[in-house]
Amino acid sequence: MPIIKVENLSKKYILSHQQREAYTALRDVIANKFKAAGRKVLHPFTLHNSQFTNGSHEEFWALKDVSFEIEQGDRVGIIGRNGAGKSTLLKILSRITEPTSGIVGINGRVASLLEVGTGFHPELTGRENIFLNGAILGMSKAEIKRKFDEIVAFAEVEKFLDTPVKHYSSGMYVRLAFAVAAHLEPEILVVDEVLAVGDAQFQKKCLGKMENVGNEGHTIFFVSHNMEAISRLCTRAFLLNAGKLLIDGVPSDAIRGYLASSRKRAGQVVWAETHSAPGDDVAKLRAVRFIGDDDSVITTLDIQRPLKVSINVENLKPGTKLVPHLQFSNDNGVILFTTAFNNDANSKELPVGLLEITCTIPGNFFAEGDISLTVSVNTYAPVLKAHLCEYDVLTLSVEQTGGVKGIFPFDWPGVVRPEFTWECQTS
Amino acid sequence: MEDQDFKLIIRPGRSEFHYWHDMWRYRELFWFLSWRDILVRYKQTVIGIAWSVIRPFLTMVVFTIIFGKLAKFPSQEVPYPVMVFAAMLPWQFFANSLTESSASLINNASMLTKVYFPRLIIPASSVIVCLVDFFISLAILAILMVWYSFTPDWKIMTLPLFLGLACLAAFGFGLWFAALNVKYRDFRYVVPFIVQFGLYVSPVGFASNVVPEKWRLLYSLNPMVGVIDGFRWAILGGRSELYWPGFLLSSGLTFLVFTQGVRYFRRTERAFADII
Repeated sequence: MPIIKVENLSKKYILSHQQREAYTALRDVIANKFKAAGRKVLHPFTLHNSQFTNGSHEEFWALKDVSFEIEQGDRVGIIGRNGAGKSTLLKILSRITEPTSGIVGINGRVASLLEVGTGFHPELTGRENIFLNGAILGMSKAEIKRKFDEIVAFAEVEKFLDTPVKHYSSGMYVRLAFAVAAHLEPEILVVDEVLAVGDAQFQKKCLGKMENVGNEGHTIFFVSHNMEAISRLCTRAFLLNAGKLLIDGVPSDAIRGYLASSRKRAGQVVWAETHSAPGDDVAKLRAVRFIGDDDSVITTLDIQRPLKVSINVENLKPGTKLVPHLQFSNDNGVILFTTAFNNDANSKELPVGLLEITCTIPGNFFAEGDISLTVSVNTYAPVLKAHLCEYDVLTLSVEQTGGVKGIFPFDWPGVVRPEFTWECQTS
Repeated sequence: MEDQDFKLIIRPGRSEFHYWHDMWRYRELFWFLSWRDILVRYKQTVIGIAWSVIRPFLTMVVFTIIFGKLAKFPSQEVPYPVMVFAAMLPWQFFANSLTESSASLINNASMLTKVYFPRLIIPASSVIVCLVDFFISLAILAILMVWYSFTPDWKIMTLPLFLGLACLAAFGFGLWFAALNVKYRDFRYVVPFIVQFGLYVSPVGFASNVVPEKWRLLYSLNPMVGVIDGFRWAILGGRSELYWPGFLLSSGLTFLVFTQGVRYFRRTERAFADII
């Protein structure tokens, strides 16, 4: 008897090209009604259908005919590129949005953790937010009271319990938010990319906690771009691509499939229009490019040559201190390093408009093989917020031409291959 | 798939079987959200409480001067300020609830797209917050009554009934507006207009018996007429007669708006997360 059964699940969104926003304006509806009425009076014998005549709508299947069965205790990792339908699947399972067709049967209480700190209010104290957030995640007051001390200890915020969370550092904020969520005990836990925040040590703690939850026989759905976490935590993995379930198997198979699919190389990605570009009302990503030292866009890099990464960010809101992050990972999914601009204590407000931000990485730094780039743009105040995060947006092949490895005939170990100064003197 | 094998079935267009059961299960969330809004409101503005005192009080002063002193409307042998304030209570409550609840879903958009719970909780909790303001105003009325040495009779015991009717009206309209606000984002420009307009077409600054007898039934098509008349009847005692046909018509309309509001809200709430 499966705990979850999904049959032919599909979800369709209607994309509208005319408007920037998803919602409709009443004045447009009224105006269109009048226009349609006017057309009917002028051309009474032609067929009118507003859906088809203006041609500005396009269907988009976020999920298409997905079927699977989950047994109790399964820990399912879901991987795929941005827009593959991972979040849509989680949202349907947690009843936030309804499917367009198909059916889902669930036996048990579902708790969803799609964002850390949903409903946190900056004016309320840590203590008050624990109760509020717990209730939002579906815990009863008695349950929260019982686990209160545990939550506080896990988050390490004992001293600041009665301070409004607007005065918390973003690290503390995330710790507190995750601590509440980590003490949920539902039969089925649905988790979306929440481990992307917080420092490494805390992430480790969270993974450990989730592993415990899994070992206690709870069923977990876990979306992540962190392949290490997926392979460590999950007993099963789904690879989604363009709304379809491509692979349903052991994590290593799904990860291999994912990495193979993202290895198609392109030296640049450009979003021509603001409304389709990734981002929100604060920042939009308009282009990402790998540029070689001859100023041309490249898809392969000579291991000894410097690499310039150029990102075009549209800053839409005056007075925001945008902090772009670049994160590089290799073809095993290991994160090599993260670098950020405008990231120090006296970070600046960036000018409004289209900004070109470049980062130069010296030659003799990467190891050979494929590296992929993840771009995010964040603000830190009042709390850490990622305005966009494009995982594995570009891939670059680093070609061995000599350099540090020199004439060594076998594999040269290490995830990076920096050049250092060596000296030898007779003493 | 056999439906009876699973406790919960998700399929398109299926009206939620567990909805009212879920409402009961999420009752604590409802209290928490109300508690949050009250807390934030009185934490954020130093003049939080003062504001809920000053606003109805000043409106009452202005209405007393304009309608009572300048226009010399009849006061039903009650001090004019008391008569006005008895109507200010439900009107302010209605207007605030309507404004708050119509914006409530948009303000909690991040919650709607990240967690499941019966969406009805959100506009409902914003009505509760306005209820706190209502009780503060009620205290002012008590002070006013002492000041004018005005003693109510037994009918004041019926006040909770009329407060219930006011809640129903506020929540009913609030549900419509909240749902429409999600769907048509420019709907929010309509709300302040309705609130402002409503103040003049409802018997707040004057007693509803200044309306000619033959128009009174028509006038009672405004649901707030029934609520306000009920409040005056309960607070001012025998000195304010209740016009029963009008009151019943108003109350009936309030029920209709409320039940249809719940239906419309539930029909549209499944799509909230997609369009908000």
